[in-house]
Amino acid sequence: MLDLIAQLQIQDRSGGEADCVADNGFCPSWIVDNFDRYTDPLVQHVYLTVISLVIGFGISFGLALLAHRRRWFIGPITQITGVLYTLPSLAVFFLLLPITGRGNTTAIIALVSYSLLIIFRNIMAGLDNVPAETKDAGRGMGLTDRQLLWRVELPLALPEILAGLRIAATTTVGLATLAFFAGAGGLGEQIFADIIFKSNVVTAGGLAVLLAAALDAVILLVQRAVTPWTRARAA
Amino acid sequence: MTTTIAFLGEFGDAIQFIFQGQTTQEGTEVGGSQFLDLTWEHLKLTFAAMGVACAIAIPAGLWLGHIRRGSFLAISVSNVGRAVPSLALIALFVAYLGTGFTNVTLALVLLAIPPILTNTYVAVTQVEGDTVDAARGMGMTGAEIVRKVELPLALPLIFGGVRISAVNVIATATIAPLAGINTLGDPIINVSGYGDTGRLAAAMCVAALAIFTELALGAVQRAVTPAGLKLEPDTASRRMRLRFGREATT
Repeated sequence: MLDLIAQLQIQDRSGGEADCVADNGFCPSWIVDNFDRYTDPLVQHVYLTVISLVIGFGISFGLALLAHRRRWFIGPITQITGVLYTLPSLAVFFLLLPITGRGNTTAIIALVSYSLLIIFRNIMAGLDNVPAETKDAGRGMGLTDRQLLWRVELPLALPEILAGLRIAATTTVGLATLAFFAGAGGLGEQIFADIIFKSNVVTAGGLAVLLAAALDAVILLVQRAVTPWTRARAA
Repeated sequence: MTTTIAFLGEFGDAIQFIFQGQTTQEGTEVGGSQFLDLTWEHLKLTFAAMGVACAIAIPAGLWLGHIRRGSFLAISVSNVGRAVPSLALIALFVAYLGTGFTNVTLALVLLAIPPILTNTYVAVTQVEGDTVDAARGMGMTGAEIVRKVELPLALPLIFGGVRISAVNVIATATIAPLAGINTLGDPIINVSGYGDTGRLAAAMCVAALAIFTELALGAVQRAVTPAGLKLEPDTASRRMRLRFGREATT
């Protein structure tokens, strides 16, 4: 532990008002001077999050369609994704290291495995929540199973599916701060680089929170745009 | 046995590290019984944080739920809690309050409160109005209704929240060495003293601890579920899940 502290003391803290930085205060001027050191980690963070969400959504969606058709898959899928969800991502990074090595792949596998349960469960909930009368009406109009799924059930399940994606998004942004342990960079690396310097911690942590809020807002806007009927009901 | 371990390669070495330990070049013992100390520290931190978090979040959730107020607070607290990265939270505490057991515990408490608070609140508000009316008609006071009616009916969901928090806290206690507390995360963060094998061994221990906690609390959750609620577990759990996503799973 002492080694670690000593290592951290020699961090580069140039720029900004010298007094403020020397006192380890919260220094807006230092943040302005040094903001460029956060751009690359932020981009890396966005990359990790978005890729993981896309892959996680794809896998969960496939699993949900499978479980929707063959109900007995629900139990095993929930249990397996539940275990993946329970495993701490930090542990998963290192459990994967001997197999996949350091880098983005390891981080993305861990982040994806964490998001599966959240998204899968919400897709299933959305599909289960479609009123039976609506499905009957669709069948009565002569829709096949496939048509019923894509034209009736999935559109009606969209609000809950996207709600699951929002939860997964904010969680993944948070977990991606640990991705640097797997050698994948991100904002966590900046936090870790100088963990006792207030200006640094607040900036890097703040960016992560803002990123989570921004992703959440984007998905919410998409949800509003693709499900106009939910707004009509609320009005 | 030996051949199986050899077959597992690096994982086998790590398993051996957990049970037998080894001596570093500096002559200190790592792994083996030293891992027990780390695990104990890990558990101590987890228990302290969970104890404080439950003591705050469960009464607050029961009260807010009982008076049917503060839904915005109870729900948004979990949304905000999810968005704050655990690493940033620990770092903030280290930067502003310094290192030490109390400070890490406080950070973990903040992390543990949201799921428990939200689940408790949701659980109490989902107790049927008719049930509460019946209790009131029997002459129960507000406090009796909370204690004898709302709390028992809410227990399964409350434990669902405790379970989420506990697993979360165990995961986050792994980065506590950053704040000077040597939990099972020590071999992960300060890898120099343990080597890659020690780090892998620690990762396995943390993973096992999390899974064990999840299973144990799941068993407790089933045990505290009132018999009446077990009759229709499917509809009840599905209803809760639908409304509140991840937080409200039983």
